[in-house]
Amino acid sequence: MAKLTRDDVLHLAQLARISLSDDEVTEFSEELSAILQYVEQLSGVDVKDLKPTNQVTGLTNVMREDTVKDYGYSPADLLKNVPQTQDSQIKVKRMIG
Amino acid sequence: MAAWEPISEIAGKVARGQLKAIDLVEKSLAAIAEREEYKAVIATTAERARKRAKAIDSGKEKGRLAGVPFIAKDNFLIFGAETTAASNILKGFTAPYQSTAVERLEAEGAICVAKANLDAFAHGSSTENSDFFTTLNPHDKTRVPGGSSGGSAASVALGLVPFALGSDTGGSIRLPASFTGTVGYKPTYGLVSRSGVVSMASSTDVIGPLTTSVADAELVLDVMAGKDNLDGTTIDRDEQGYLAPAADLKGKKVGVIKEYMGEGLQPGVREQIEAAIAKMKAAGADVQEISLPSLPLALAVYYIICPAEVSSNLSRYDGQRYGFSAGDAKNLDDSYRGTREHGFGKEAKRRIMIGTYVLSSGYYDAYYKKAQTVRTKLINEFAEAFKQVDFLVGPVAPTTAFKIGQNAADPLQMYLGDIMTVAVNLAGVPAISLPCGTSEGLPVGLQIMAPQRADRELLGVSKAIEGVL
Repeated sequence: MAKLTRDDVLHLAQLARISLSDDEVTEFSEELSAILQYVEQLSGVDVKDLKPTNQVTGLTNVMREDTVKDYGYSPADLLKNVPQTQDSQIKVKRMIG
Repeated sequence: MAAWEPISEIAGKVARGQLKAIDLVEKSLAAIAEREEYKAVIATTAERARKRAKAIDSGKEKGRLAGVPFIAKDNFLIFGAETTAASNILKGFTAPYQSTAVERLEAEGAICVAKANLDAFAHGSSTENSDFFTTLNPHDKTRVPGGSSGGSAASVALGLVPFALGSDTGGSIRLPASFTGTVGYKPTYGLVSRSGVVSMASSTDVIGPLTTSVADAELVLDVMAGKDNLDGTTIDRDEQGYLAPAADLKGKKVGVIKEYMGEGLQPGVREQIEAAIAKMKAAGADVQEISLPSLPLALAVYYIICPAEVSSNLSRYDGQRYGFSAGDAKNLDDSYRGTREHGFGKEAKRRIMIGTYVLSSGYYDAYYKKAQTVRTKLINEFAEAFKQVDFLVGPVAPTTAFKIGQNAADPLQMYLGDIMTVAVNLAGVPAISLPCGTSEGLPVGLQIMAPQRADRELLGVSKAIEGVL
């Protein structure tokens, strides 16, 4: 029976790169436990000889030509959505430190 | 409420010069302003719409949707317009390209006049998860319009536009259609390109129209449907297209889904669904009860697969390339965490956390793989059922529109509202919600399902059923 502790929730938040408030950690540990308990009804289902379905209409390896399409946007236009830029590049924070 | 003629008639009149596109756009914008209290719309695209209308009025080529105004759910990218998916994290994001669905509609002369409210990132059944505001049900302002395409459904029900676009990942077109008394069409998976629509759960996401009639829905679908190089999951169109004549119900084999007619169905909903079935019988349909024993498991399957795919699809919102970015971060990791903490609402966080859990090392087989395998079982049961009958019918939801706030505190209760819609998405089959009467003044939706790729047949039979209801 999956019961998520506060530590479990904090670990998941770390994996998902989200900070949570203290209240959220408490709330999620209860809510997520209830949801997981609900979905656990699948554990007893007999699926002998069945394979998982990942693509529901049966398509496999669909390819297309990798061509350039002109949308009429300049690089400067595209960079307008970027929070921080420098010299027409996307600026990010230091990775270490 | 502003009334609209059938879409084909509006477009025909614009083509013949009897109506002007600009007048239709102004009529729609006026209706949006007049009905603002329902909060169906996040923002209008008035300037762009007027420009397009004038170009259509002065141009020679008039398309099949010439001058027809529509509203797109705000998870559709419209060139140069803000696209938020009703989320704080995408506030201020201007679309640098356009969704294929909108591109195809515009190529036939349709004009987007506004972006509709939704549950943020389409996560929800009521629009209460919108990071901005809740849309009110046009039939009762104290109730939700359903979700996640609640703004789109309310827009059509309020007569703001002849049609609206929605997306349906686990019921998000059909549920609001049912709650607002509109027609909501969920096509076969892959029939309409998802390119340029904010991704939710990629293995079940589909695009479809909300309208006031089956004829309008099939025309909009006909314009949007078919392969697109920008979406590798798209499938070929039906060679005959989707403008189907009303089918003859005589002898049509219709299966009433046993699992959807059991306990928990609101008496008023049951009454209307049974009355609709009786009318189909009277029109000559061969009606029988049919069981898909794994249907009660569909919601559990969905609430593993959907959050798993959501957690993956939402990982791109990291505050570096677009969207909201937390300002005071010390390093990159800090920036990611802060951006996502403040940019995502509670439901997005909840789904990211569940998804991360079911995909994480040690749990993947027990949850995700198991769910995908039970999904196969469900698909096989649909295939078996469609050997015995041509169409399956049942309610869209166990209840009519619920009160605002009623389920807001209990996410699991909210998820249970999708219990009759998610199986269709897992199986990739097409389904429609047709208005079939009211219960205590609130609309009830009849759901009709068909085998994969039988969209044309489903629309034909829906037209016939619409005629007898």
